Amino acid sequence: MKTDLKSKIGTGIGIAVILAWCLLPVAWIISLSFKSQDAVTNGSPGFFPSSGGGAGWSNYADVLQDPQFRRAIINSIGISLIATVLSVILATLTAYAIARLEFKGKKFVLTTALVIAMFPVVSLVGPLFDMWRTLGIYDTWPGLIIPYMSFTLPLAIWTLSAFFREIPWEMEQAAQVDGATSWQAFRKVIVPLAAPGVFTAAILTFFFAWNDFVFGISLTSTENARPIPAALSFFVGADPFNRPASLLAAGAVVATIPIVVLVLFFQRKIVAGLTAGAVKG
Amino acid sequence: MTSVIANEAKAGKTPKAPTSDRSRAENRLALKLVAPALALMLVVTAFPMLRALYLSLFDYSLTAPDDRTFIGLTNYWTALSDGLFWRDTVTTVAIMIITVAFELVIGFAFAMVMHKVIFARGVIRTSILIPYGVITVVSGFAWQFAFSYQNGFVNSWLPFIGDDFNWFAERNSSLIAIMASEIWKTTPFMSLLLLAGLAQVSEDMLEAAKVDGATWWQRLYKVILPNMRAAIMVAVLFRALDAYRIFDNIFVMTAGANSTESISFLTYRQVIEQFQLGIGSALSVLLFLSVLVVAFIIVKLFKVNLADARQEG
Repeated sequence: MKTDLKSKIGTGIGIAVILAWCLLPVAWIISLSFKSQDAVTNGSPGFFPSSGGGAGWSNYADVLQDPQFRRAIINSIGISLIATVLSVILATLTAYAIARLEFKGKKFVLTTALVIAMFPVVSLVGPLFDMWRTLGIYDTWPGLIIPYMSFTLPLAIWTLSAFFREIPWEMEQAAQVDGATSWQAFRKVIVPLAAPGVFTAAILTFFFAWNDFVFGISLTSTENARPIPAALSFFVGADPFNRPASLLAAGAVVATIPIVVLVLFFQRKIVAGLTAGAVKG
Repeated sequence: MTSVIANEAKAGKTPKAPTSDRSRAENRLALKLVAPALALMLVVTAFPMLRALYLSLFDYSLTAPDDRTFIGLTNYWTALSDGLFWRDTVTTVAIMIITVAFELVIGFAFAMVMHKVIFARGVIRTSILIPYGVITVVSGFAWQFAFSYQNGFVNSWLPFIGDDFNWFAERNSSLIAIMASEIWKTTPFMSLLLLAGLAQVSEDMLEAAKVDGATWWQRLYKVILPNMRAAIMVAVLFRALDAYRIFDNIFVMTAGANSTESISFLTYRQVIEQFQLGIGSALSVLLFLSVLVVAFIIVKLFKVNLADARQEG
């Protein structure tokens, strides 16, 4: 009984540590975003805004009124969504073939995907920079969507084929025996079973696209297509020792909100997708 | 549409040996389904990589594109004989080893806690995904400001560090700040992978070990870890290769100052900032090759170590 209590206390402490680990830096950046510019530049060390150092919502108002920042949000949302939709469509076709059909080159597809997932992104930036300029898609939406797609495909393919492999495909035939047409059987039986997997793959893909930085800074040169992470890093100004910290913090919080909302809504699916793709794959 | 064809192909397979017509049809369908994704992946990776291989043999700068001249392997020689390349390699490898070691230990501890927790499971899983969801750039900023002596809190929280200590004034302390950000962000991912591995360790075996009088440590070393080796290997491999490409955090936190540059950063600087496509391409190829070497070493290392561990157990 003693050990029982001990392990309960241990678990309790463990939970507290995990929560602190995950939330502390987030709380910190939120706290920073409410400090006034003045308090920050004059040096106000400490976690919370000291008395008189608060800025209310003014940092947020400033950030949201900044046209470059607004443009970056639109770019990020547009590019990430388009890349996600296209990538998931292609990955679904591929994963279906991998889970369902016997064909030559199945191993090749899976290996290619794995190698690309491990590719050092920076090593492609040079040639892509050169190619995109020749093709005239440098600093445009397609110029980012295409690399995002190809780098999210591996994750989506692995996750989806792990999901699809667990679908009892015989049910489709059973439905046909019961008098459904092939299309009806597929739509009514398989699609509902596959949908959660497809959705999970979409969330993970969106994560990746939203988080990307290397392509974002090297394949754009103006606000034409520059996504949020890149825009934030260029927000810094010429003097790296005098960054507008509280303003940046507000921008960072704004850039993080969409992702955190996704996490809060879909945590179950995300965990399933991450572990299915990596461990069972 | 596709499903109809697939069904027919599948139905034809029920007798064990499929007629060659059927299997050929299935093959053709599969290739059609796979082709778009495969083509896209190859266009963005294989083709540029081959082009990098080609460009690396030239003295080629975008500031003087007409002066492109073939110089053979000179770019590689330039890179490999430069101290900068090796210094950055050492930095990268050090970051990789230290962060992955911390992530593995802390991530495993987190996984053990999460494995035990029954109540509040949803809350913990949600919060553990938050660092994963936060953009790396944002995490870099958060930690940079946290470590800043002007407006951060780290100095005042650490009792053995002076309040005016400037973390970003020299190499080692800058690297600590960079690694803190990296470890914070990716440990949760590691712990989720390990949690999935933990779930595969059979409770019966643990119970049996307990009955036989094995201590907590013995159970950990003889039962849990050996049974999780696949999950651990996957987690370490993924994270190590990820850490080897470290770029975002360095760009945001130090911009490579005080010798905190990684190999990725060096490559980026040559190509994008200085437009040196020739030497930059050579660095791209070297970066790619070194990632392969790292992957190879990890796979080898794990096989040997784990086989040893198994024989002992």
